[in-house]
Amino acid sequence: MDARALTKRFGDILANDRVDLVINKGEIHALLGENGAGKSTLVKMFYGSLEPDGGEILWQGNRVKIDNPATARELGIGMVFQHFSLFEALTVVENIALALPNPGRMADLAKRIEAVSKDYGLPLTPTDVVADLPVGIRQRIEIVRCLLQEPRLIIMDEPTSVLTPQEADRLFLTLQRLAKEGCAVLYISHRLEEVKRICHHATILRHGQVVRECDPTKETPASLASMMVGADVAAVSASEKKANLGGVRLGLKNLSAPAATPFATALNKISLDLRAGEVVAIAGVAGNGQGELFDAISGERPVRSFMIEIDGTACGTKSITWRRRQNAAFVPEERLGHGAVPGMLLSQNVVLTRHATSDGLSWGGLVSLPKAVSIQERIKRDFDVRMSHDNPEARSLSGGNLQKFVVGRELDRKPGLLVVDQPTWGVDAGAAALIRQALIDLARSGSAVLAISQDLDEIFEIADRIAVISRGYLSEAEPAEKMTRERVGLLMAGGAETQGDVA
Amino acid sequence: MRIELVKRKEQSKAMALLSPVIAIALTALSAAIIFSLTGHNPALGLYKFFIEPLTQQWSLEATIDKATPLILIACGLAICYLSNNWNIGAEGQFIIGALFGSFLPILFPDFENGATLPLMLVSGALGGALWALIPALLKTRFNTNEILTSLMLVYVASLLLDYLVRGPWRDPGGFNFPESRMFSDAATLPEVFGGALSLATPITLVIAIVLAVLLAKTLKGFEIRVMGQSPRAGSFAGFSAKGLTLFSFALAGALAGLAGTMEVSGALNQLLPTISPGYGFTAIIVAFLGRLNPLGIIVAGFVLALSYIGGEAVQTALGVSNKIASVIQGLLLFFVLACDTLILYRVRVISRRAPGGEASHV
Repeated sequence: MDARALTKRFGDILANDRVDLVINKGEIHALLGENGAGKSTLVKMFYGSLEPDGGEILWQGNRVKIDNPATARELGIGMVFQHFSLFEALTVVENIALALPNPGRMADLAKRIEAVSKDYGLPLTPTDVVADLPVGIRQRIEIVRCLLQEPRLIIMDEPTSVLTPQEADRLFLTLQRLAKEGCAVLYISHRLEEVKRICHHATILRHGQVVRECDPTKETPASLASMMVGADVAAVSASEKKANLGGVRLGLKNLSAPAATPFATALNKISLDLRAGEVVAIAGVAGNGQGELFDAISGERPVRSFMIEIDGTACGTKSITWRRRQNAAFVPEERLGHGAVPGMLLSQNVVLTRHATSDGLSWGGLVSLPKAVSIQERIKRDFDVRMSHDNPEARSLSGGNLQKFVVGRELDRKPGLLVVDQPTWGVDAGAAALIRQALIDLARSGSAVLAISQDLDEIFEIADRIAVISRGYLSEAEPAEKMTRERVGLLMAGGAETQGDVA
Repeated sequence: MRIELVKRKEQSKAMALLSPVIAIALTALSAAIIFSLTGHNPALGLYKFFIEPLTQQWSLEATIDKATPLILIACGLAICYLSNNWNIGAEGQFIIGALFGSFLPILFPDFENGATLPLMLVSGALGGALWALIPALLKTRFNTNEILTSLMLVYVASLLLDYLVRGPWRDPGGFNFPESRMFSDAATLPEVFGGALSLATPITLVIAIVLAVLLAKTLKGFEIRVMGQSPRAGSFAGFSAKGLTLFSFALAGALAGLAGTMEVSGALNQLLPTISPGYGFTAIIVAFLGRLNPLGIIVAGFVLALSYIGGEAVQTALGVSNKIASVIQGLLLFFVLACDTLILYRVRVISRRAPGGEASHV
C-alpha cells in the first residue's frame, strides 16, 4: 500500500496533513503518535470508514478509491479494532458468519474457523458463546475473522492493551508468521517496547503530519517517545528517594463481595495493607475485578464494615462522602460519566467530588460557584489542562486533558489516601509522565497511593510494591524490585488465584 | 443533497433559548395546515386560537386561571425529569391531592376557622405526595418502571374520585347529583387583585421562584442535575439515586396535590366527577416547553393555557371540534422534543455526495 499526501479535515482542524505512508509486503509497520496525532483518522481512511479530502491511495500499484469497509475487505484490507464489534449473545461462528460476504454453511465455516485458528496458534471453539469468553479470546475472534478473508494487509489498533504478556507473546508469533507469508501489518500501539520488539519499520505522526520514519529496532523506547512528543519526555524519577513508610492508611481485610451482575467479577478474600509514603500498584488484565475493587474501596458499593479500614477505622459500610472527609480521594477508570459529568462545566465537576470536603464549596446547602471556578483555574494551571476557552463543558475536553483534570482535581486536595484506577489510560506520553510523577510525589510527601493499572510499563515505573489481581483474587503485594514481568504475567494468568486462596 | 446532524462540542446556549420558539412556530404552522385541510381560513383560525384570547380581559384572566395549576404541576415534574425520574402520573396526584384537601370541608363542614384553609392545603400536598410515593417506592424497591406505574395510578385515582362523589361524599341536599356539598367560605381560597384571580396564582409564582433558586444555587439542585445526566457520576459524588427518586416524586406529588386542592377550593368550590381537563398531562408539555426550568415553565404554562381557551374560541367561532386543542398540544410536545436535538447538534445540508460524515465500521 502506498498513500500519498492524504489529507483529512474536520471543520477547522487538519486531522491529517499530506500524510505519506508506504507499507510493504511482509512488513510489520508501526504507526506511532500521541493521542490526537491523527492515527485513527489515517487508518479509518485506509479501511474506508472515512473518505480523504485530498491525496490518493495506491494499492498494489493501482490507484484505488475505498468508499466503505466492504470495498476495503474486497481489496484484502482487514482491521482489528480496539473496541470489539461482537454480539455477546451469539456464538463464535455466528459472529464470524455475520461479517463474511458469503459465509456458506455454518458447519463448514465452523470447521474452517477451527482449522485456521489452530494453524495460526490462536485456537477457538466455534460453538462458544461470546459472552462467556474473556477479552483475550474475543480479540482472537476478531483476528480470525480477518484471517478468514485472506487479507493482504491487517490493521491492528492497540491489540495488546487487553492481553497478558503471555497472550501478547502469542499474538506476536502470529503476526510474525503472517508477515513471513507476505501479509503486511499496520500496527498501532502506545507500548514502545513491543514496537521495538516486533516492528520492522515505524512512522511517527505528530499533529497530523509525518514527522519521522525510523527503524524501531535501532531506537530505544525513550527515543521513540521523544520523537512522538517532539521533546524529551521527562523520565519519571521514582526510586531516587526511597519511601519513608508511615502507618497503614488503607487496610483491606479479607474483602469479599459477590458479583453484582452476571458479567461482573466477585471479589475473593482480598487483603492488602497500604502504608503512608508508598505507591502500591495492582496489575491485571481488564475485567478481573479491578472495577469492583475500586467501587468497594471508594464506598460506591458497600461491603461488610470490617473489610475496609481507613486510618484504622473500619468503614466498609460508610459512604464515599464519609471516606472523602477522612481525606481519601478517588479517581475512577471511566472519566466521562463516572469521574465527570459530560454536560457540566469543569467548575461544576469540581463540586462533584469536593462538595463535602473542607473546600468551602457548599455552605448551608448553597453552592459557591465562584470558589469552584477558582479551584478549576488552579487545576488547569498546575496540571496543564488545555481547553479551547475558560471553564468549558467536560465533554469538550480531549481524553488526555480530561484525565489530567480528574486526576488533578483530587491531587489538588493533597489527599492522605489516593486510589486511582487506570491513571493514564489513553493519555499521551507527555501527560502520562506528568500524572505518574505527580502520583509518586504525592506518596513521597507522606500520602498513600493505590494505583490500579493494566499497563505494566507504568506499574514498574511508579510502584514500590506490586500486587496482581486475577478473577477477583489478589496476590500478595511484593516489592517492585523483586518482581519481574514474567512473574507478573504468570500471576495475571491465574497464579494470583491460587496464591490468594492460600493466603 | 443530504442533511446531516453534526454533534456540537458543547451545548449551544442560543439554541437552548431558541428551540422552544422554533417549536411554537412549527406548531402554529402545522395548526394552519390542519385548519386549511378542514376547510377553514387558516389565518382566522390562528388568530382566534392564539391571539384573540389575549385581547380581552376576561379571557386573559381565564388563561391565567388555567395556567396556574399547569405551572405548579410542571415545576414538580421538572424536578422529576431533571433527575431522570419519569413521573407521568401528575394527573392522579392532582386528583388525590384534591380528595385529601376536600375531606375537611366535606366531612367536617362545621369546622370553620382560620386553620381550615391551611390544613386543607397541607393535607392536599400530603395526599399528592403519598400517591406519588407509590410508584417511587415500587421503583426503588422492585425496580419497576415508574412510567407505567405512575400512569396507571391516574386511572385508579380518577375512579376513586368518581366513586366518592357518587357515593359516600355525595351532597345529602344535592338532589342526587354526583357532586359533593359546596365548601364553606372558610374553606374557599380568597381572591386577590380585586377579585380577578384566586390566591393560587401568587402562591404558585412564589413556589416557582423558590424552586428556580433551589435548582440554580443549592447542592440539592446540583444533585438533581448530576443524577439526571449521569447517575454513575452522581453516586461517585456521594448522592443516593434512591433517595432522590423518593424526593423528586414526593415533591412533584405534593405540588400536584396542592394544585388539586387549590383548584377545588378556589375555582370549583366542590368536588365533581371530573375536576381536571387533563392538567396533569398537559403539565408534562409545559415542563418540557419551559426547558425544565421553573422560570421558563411560568411562560410555558401561559402558552399551554392559551391552547385551552383558544380551543374553546375556535369551537364557538369556526365550529371546529375542541379536540383541536389536544391535537395542538400534542404537536407542540412533539416539536419541543424534536427541536431539543438542535441544542447539542448542528444541522448541516450537504449539496453533493461529499466527504464528511463517518460511515459505520462494519
